[in-house]
Amino acid sequence: MLDRDEDILKAAEDWQKAGHGVALATVVETWGSAPRPAGSSLVINDDGTFLGSVSGGCVEGAVVTEAMDVIQSGKPRMLEFGVADETAWNVGLSCGGTIRVFVEKVG
Amino acid sequence: MKLEILHELNAERAARRPAILVTDTESGEQRLVKAKDFAGDPLRAELEKQLRMGKSANVEVGGRKLFLNVYAPTAKLVIIGAVHISQALAPLARSLGYDVTVVDPRTAFASPERFPDIPLVAEWPDTALPPLNVDAYTAFVAVTHDPKIDDPALLHAFERGCFYIGALGSRKTHAKRGDRLRAQGAKESDIARIHAPIGLAIGAVSPSEIAVSIMAEITAVLRLPPKEKEEAA
Repeated sequence: MLDRDEDILKAAEDWQKAGHGVALATVVETWGSAPRPAGSSLVINDDGTFLGSVSGGCVEGAVVTEAMDVIQSGKPRMLEFGVADETAWNVGLSCGGTIRVFVEKVG
Repeated sequence: MKLEILHELNAERAARRPAILVTDTESGEQRLVKAKDFAGDPLRAELEKQLRMGKSANVEVGGRKLFLNVYAPTAKLVIIGAVHISQALAPLARSLGYDVTVVDPRTAFASPERFPDIPLVAEWPDTALPPLNVDAYTAFVAVTHDPKIDDPALLHAFERGCFYIGALGSRKTHAKRGDRLRAQGAKESDIARIHAPIGLAIGAVSPSEIAVSIMAEITAVLRLPPKEKEEAA
């Protein structure tokens, strides 16, 4: 991938080594006009600090909340956001696309 | 993601070596496959295809849903010659996602006025190229028309195994270039790697059109499977 993003994976490693709980959220599937392609990722630490994006800003808030649970439980989970989903619509993937986001703990 | 996997992945990325992270999206199980290990992998065909496309994707293998996350280095384009074609080529390549550097020892050519926002190195190739870390994820074009500049640059590109090497000039010019490079120790297989005349044959006339034909050729070499690549060239 021609990737000019900030170094998300480097941050994931650095934060983990600094003693933070860290989760990684990755877009694994998109339908319709999803704003970020599969493989895009967001790294979240237990402060709620995050870097990167999975949707260009639409659903990051919801992903960060879920990531906190994943850091706690250590169990990966799959999230789906799209127009068909009432909640997702509320958090605003208004571009009309649908995305699936895999959230996993680092470490 | 296990910390060892993350650490290994970051090491591959830092070294500009491609790798693919395979995740079973139901169990969360993961493994990292480095490009050098693709050949012996059960997912070889899928891995090779996704890397070539530079695209992450889901595949279903034996009832398991796997996500292949592709980590390929940002492709570089090194342009030898701060000429008129390069003024069109550099911004075009950048818009296609390449990290672009222009090299030309002639300071009248390699001026920031002619190349706003493009990294320029106004040095001879022998000095300019080693720090640029030219590698297998680099496309390399020589467009000065001046053998004193183009030839040593091309020898460097051979050595570094660039995925694309192109040089400006007619068939006649290119035949002479082949003789000169051979005399300087280039192998026949190296010379055969040069795309010359440069660019796809689209009847390009203006510098901008030539830039399009060059980027089209580079894209074909980067993205097409080997067989189709031969047909396009």
